[in-house]
Amino acid sequence: MSKPVLKISNVNKSFGGLQALRDINLEIEKGKVHAIIGPNGAGKSTLLNVCVGLLKPDSGSVTFNGGINVIGKSPHEINQMGLARVFQTPEIFPDLSLLENVMIPAFSKRDGAFHLQLFRSLASETKITQEAKEVLASVGMEAKADEIAGSLSRGDKRRLELAMCLIQHPDLLLLDEPTAGMARHDTNKTIELLKKIKEGGMTKIIIEHDMHVVFSVADTISVLAQGAIIATGTPDEIRGNPIVQEAYLGGAEL
Amino acid sequence: MMNSIKQQLMNLFKKQSDLTTILLFAAGVLTMPIWLDPIGANYPDLLQKFVIFGIFAVGYNILFGLTGYLSFGHAVFLGVGSYTAVWSFKLFTMNVLPAMLFATLISGLIAAAIGFVSMRRSGIYFSILTLAFAQMFYNLAYSVLIPITNGETGLQLRMHDIRIIDNYFSDPAPGLPSTELFGMSMNGYSGFYFCAVVLILAFYVAMKIFRSPFGMKLKAIKSNQHRMRYTGSDTRPYLITAFIISGMFAGLAGALLAVTDPLAGAERMQWTASGEVILMTILGGVGTLFGPLLGVGIIKYLENIFSTINESVLQQFFSFLPQWGENFMVAIVSPFVGDGWHLTLGILFMIIIIFLPGGLMEGFQKIKKRYLTKGVKDSESTTKQE
Ligand SMILES: Nc1ncnc2c1ncn2[C@@H]1O[C@H](COP(=O)(O)OP(=O)(O)OP(=O)(O)O)[C@@H](O)[C@H]1O
Ligand SMILES: [Mg+2]
Repeated sequence: MSKPVLKISNVNKSFGGLQALRDINLEIEKGKVHAIIGPNGAGKSTLLNVCVGLLKPDSGSVTFNGGINVIGKSPHEINQMGLARVFQTPEIFPDLSLLENVMIPAFSKRDGAFHLQLFRSLASETKITQEAKEVLASVGMEAKADEIAGSLSRGDKRRLELAMCLIQHPDLLLLDEPTAGMARHDTNKTIELLKKIKEGGMTKIIIEHDMHVVFSVADTISVLAQGAIIATGTPDEIRGNPIVQEAYLGGAEL
Repeated sequence: MMNSIKQQLMNLFKKQSDLTTILLFAAGVLTMPIWLDPIGANYPDLLQKFVIFGIFAVGYNILFGLTGYLSFGHAVFLGVGSYTAVWSFKLFTMNVLPAMLFATLISGLIAAAIGFVSMRRSGIYFSILTLAFAQMFYNLAYSVLIPITNGETGLQLRMHDIRIIDNYFSDPAPGLPSTELFGMSMNGYSGFYFCAVVLILAFYVAMKIFRSPFGMKLKAIKSNQHRMRYTGSDTRPYLITAFIISGMFAGLAGALLAVTDPLAGAERMQWTASGEVILMTILGGVGTLFGPLLGVGIIKYLENIFSTINESVLQQFFSFLPQWGENFMVAIVSPFVGDGWHLTLGILFMIIIIFLPGGLMEGFQKIKKRYLTKGVKDSESTTKQE
């Protein structure tokens, strides 16, 4: 078996008296899409926060790309390792144009965490500008390239944030509810998009409430309930798992 | 025919290349003595102030305008620049270039130290830290640092200054020497033109920064620092760099204050001076290239021209009215001029903050937009008729 892109071992995290994560173990294989599902407050976002350095776990380890320790690293270091994230509430640059929003992560990827180039002209950055336009086109927003991102609808902001991550070609992409707050046809557009990226072989962890989305893009699924992983398996295994049905799906038709 | 000219004009205003911008800017600055003459602002002392504080504000805008970090302590660098320049005049030479060089470098070093500490915090805490540093420097200038600052008297040139370089090449002339650039005196209009050239260069540097990936990254930090970190950029060194650059601009401006008048006092570092540059930037338009310069123009004009208008000037101005009308107008206007210029500034400031939070530049932008869209519609409708 190939080495996992991300390995989460024995991670625990509590907020005061609340144990948000209990002894989490998870391995994400290269090129796979792994979905994490679970009821509200199960600890899904917390798990991603631990992976990107936003939260420090109380115990346990998270390693990336064959053993590089993630815990204790700052967010920009983790991103530079090749890990990008779409947040549950869209995090974009609201005062910049869409094109600029996508160019910035491309600059970060090319320039590293800090690079001084005071007098380089933006007009000469044709390669990155072109790339940014292509990525915007791939999420269907090239027509809005010059608009200010803050005025976008919530769904568009999400897709923009996704484009900002895609332009970096990360080794691992974390998506926290990429379709939340989207209208049905918007959701479908995003599913198509996610399938398209899947063909590109990018490894992803996706948190999603929408089962339609989960079962159409995931290779493997983990079910989180009250901070613990109660089941991991292929979509079919999860569908047929009685514990999962009881704990989370509650008999809902899948 | 008319349309194509109009189109070209529009293009000129829409997308200015670096070259057009800087040429228009240089032309505007160098012709100041001409177009400021009708409003009574064409005298060297005031012209010098316009351009020197222009440099200060342009540099301040690189920090405040691009990153959104509001420093309350930038007058420190103005003061440091002046002291350094005067020391360069006293120790080495009356030539202004070394003075400007030292002033810029030393301000940059101090900005690095203050920025390093202050940038540990953001928002109001950052502002308070810079204010604390500024007040510390201000008070030290009157106490521990007296050997450097000469306390309340201020640092001045003296007959027996050593001036190593100048005195090596020629015997000291009688009387206090004056600042010069290879023989060209820095008094009056030549002083203004020299400072104007420096402003044009400084503006060019600022424009390049605004239009570089570095500038765009600073804007991104201002817009969402959290996202910027998760995008792989270490925001702190970017912020510290912006702080240092704006400190160096301020130091350069401070040096030019000493170039045009070789005297340095600690009052230049008082918090009110830091406040002034904030007012200038906001009044003109935070984060725009030209806005801060507009702000400088308005505030320095009010401070220097409005403040000298007294009742007799007003009586003369309104003398075309009948006696009762003249008295009436003078009574109404006089609280706003002379010492009352602060009142005018305050009202202007409030009006702008309430109606144009983006400063005067926002107002121009709105007018331009209205005019341009109207122009396009007009030309479209004429084409259709044809
Ligand atoms: N910073 C924090 N401080 C205190 N409690 C927190 C913090 N972050 C999360 N929690 C708590 O931890 C639990 C797990 O939260 P988390 O956001 O990970 O849930 P989730 O599975 O993402 O839920 P949702 O589906 O609503 O997004 C919740 O009870 C939440 O209130
Ligand atoms: Mg969540």
